[in-house]
Amino acid sequence: MQNKRPITMAESINEAIQIAMKKDKSMLCYGLGTTDPKGIFGTTIGLEKKYGKDRVFDVPASENALTGVSVGLGINGIRSIVSHQRLDFFLLAMDQLVNSAAKWFFTYNKAIPITIRLIVGRGWGQGPTHAQNLHSWFAHIPGLKVVMPSNAYDAKGLLLSSIFDPNPVIFIENRWLHQSISNVPKKQYFINLGKSKKKLSGKKITIISSSYLTAEAINACKYLKKLNIDVDLIDLRTIAPLDWSNIKKSIKKTGSLLVLDSGHFSGSIASEIIYKATNECFEFLKKPPSKLCQPDIPEPSSFGLTKKFYITYKEIIGKVCKMLNCDKELIKAELNYKKEFLHDIPNSNFKGPF
Amino acid sequence: MKINLSLKNKIKIWKIIYKIRRTEEIIALNYYKEKMRCPTHLSIGQEAVPATLSLFINRKDQAISGHRGHAHYLAKGGNLKKMLCEIHGKANGCSEGKGGSMHLKDDKVGFVGTTAIVGNSIPIGVGLGLSIKLKKKKNLAIIYLGDGAIEEGVFYESLNFAIIKKIPVLFICENNFYSVYSSLKVRQPKNRKIYKLSQGIGCKSDFTDGNDYAKIFKKIKKAVEYIKSGKGPFFLEFATYRHREHCGPNFDDNLNYRPKKLSYNWIKKKDPLTKIEKNIVNKYPKKIKYLESEKIKINNEISSAFKFAEISPYPKTNILKKIYAK
Ligand SMILES: Cc1ncc(C[n+]2csc(CCOP(=O)(O)OP(=O)(O)O)c2C)c(N)n1
Ligand SMILES: [Mg+2]
Repeated sequence: MQNKRPITMAESINEAIQIAMKKDKSMLCYGLGTTDPKGIFGTTIGLEKKYGKDRVFDVPASENALTGVSVGLGINGIRSIVSHQRLDFFLLAMDQLVNSAAKWFFTYNKAIPITIRLIVGRGWGQGPTHAQNLHSWFAHIPGLKVVMPSNAYDAKGLLLSSIFDPNPVIFIENRWLHQSISNVPKKQYFINLGKSKKKLSGKKITIISSSYLTAEAINACKYLKKLNIDVDLIDLRTIAPLDWSNIKKSIKKTGSLLVLDSGHFSGSIASEIIYKATNECFEFLKKPPSKLCQPDIPEPSSFGLTKKFYITYKEIIGKVCKMLNCDKELIKAELNYKKEFLHDIPNSNFKGPF
Repeated sequence: MKINLSLKNKIKIWKIIYKIRRTEEIIALNYYKEKMRCPTHLSIGQEAVPATLSLFINRKDQAISGHRGHAHYLAKGGNLKKMLCEIHGKANGCSEGKGGSMHLKDDKVGFVGTTAIVGNSIPIGVGLGLSIKLKKKKNLAIIYLGDGAIEEGVFYESLNFAIIKKIPVLFICENNFYSVYSSLKVRQPKNRKIYKLSQGIGCKSDFTDGNDYAKIFKKIKKAVEYIKSGKGPFFLEFATYRHREHCGPNFDDNLNYRPKKLSYNWIKKKDPLTKIEKNIVNKYPKKIKYLESEKIKINNEISSAFKFAEISPYPKTNILKKIYAK
């Protein structure tokens, strides 16, 4: 490999923004906390200094207005990348997003080039309004693109494509990925929106994942391999538009489908994929497709209440074994032996408080 | 209203400030144990306003607040054990562990709740006030908000509505000059006072130093009288300062986002606890012993509540099945 350049996803996002700021000299970068000492989990650090106060700035707590402002800027050809430290804070902006940003091109044939970064909180007692996975809401709105990167490499290429896409793009980052590391080329590169990525090739079952769940799925597949289960693992990268043709190909090959979705069970993107699968691949399916999602329950804060709340590689292994009627007991001992981090933190350095 | 700033009342205010201060300090001191696993916004430095307000309201008056709600909850008489249990994510918590530090409530004392989205609780407080009015009660609703919350559109919509409906609601804006690390300078026009803005919208409004109990006392007295006379809402802005980081147990002035002089002035010279304690001690030296014995009592109460929270069990997961009211 030429590109042995391990950096974190926070750094790769920072690089993508910088490349874009250099390419498009009129582009703006703003949002609450953009210029503060923590720089939105490190993703916007140093930008104000390099590109100036006129292009990189902090804003009042006015999510709805600032979204509308980005639409107005877009009408006049000025691109925006707007960051929100939690997806939940952005819910105040649904009017401007859904009624304006998503509709402008349809109504007026006028492109609105905005990228809205939404960070999904997780762990450390985030509770009911700081960790919501509402990506399916956005995917439900015609006119919006929705991107959910799973690693540092993808984040850079996807973010660059999002920024230079002429449509409003919702770019969702799970904060547990910000410190994840992969090899990332220094140069600019684009990853097409609407294209998925085959992470592993196998014949027994198709698993569809996105964002942080891709990391859990990769982990699960390591164990499944020991049970001679080779998985066709597809990372969606973009949930709207959905890369249906690649999913279809995979289902035709494996005949089994498991979809992982960090959203609530009902009305999820997973349901949409499974609908398409039963509709278009019915004769290839050897068994009913299945999905793993978060329960239809708001996220509680307590450490004691969140233990079983999230899907981990263990649930994935369990589900696959059940679907394929294989013996999970074979790896149970190994799984139990493995020392776990506490369930509400991504690594032992993570200590909250935010 | 026949409430004045007697020694008795001063001591009442002091006790509440002291209790909030010590509770928050104990939380900060123990946060490293990693047992309070939720975002926690301490009120240290901002205790005087809710403590002084408590003289003028009772449990039938309803209060609501935001992410920085510990002081508001405790000053309203909220149960200390239940708050500490909530921050520990325990079954005995005031939201059964479902909400954490940012979701406090105590129905018994009219503390309706706190919400974690900036500006979110403002219209809810107006709704509380409207129901008080519709039920022809003599009480009022209290809405605590920060200087950042007035930047959300919902603030204007709520204030406007409260005015046209003459709703008995007291807006308490604690202006600590910062929203997380962002200074007012990058968020609001220079020299435009928040209370003047509220006045411009048509709400009776006033302002004072929120670390000075005597000044707070005067302004709140006037505001509560106004609201109780049925004339509508009142907006009070108080200048104050948080001593520690926005969220979490530490001091963070090493990050240099707040001018050193400003922090020195507010933290060292204008500390609300020091101010009231000094006044009592200087004017009534005989009370020193009493204050010392009260401190011991309060500290004992806090440490036993804290221990209780630490050893309390986690909630049973079957409470998560309660999604709809039956
Ligand atoms: C809608 C929304 N935007 C942003 C945030 C993140 N946030 C949490 S507290 C806070 C600061 C609010 O400042 P202020 O109202 O002055 O209260 P303070 O923290 O100073 O007490 C912000 C921006 C949020 N919780 N909700
Ligand atoms: Mg503030």
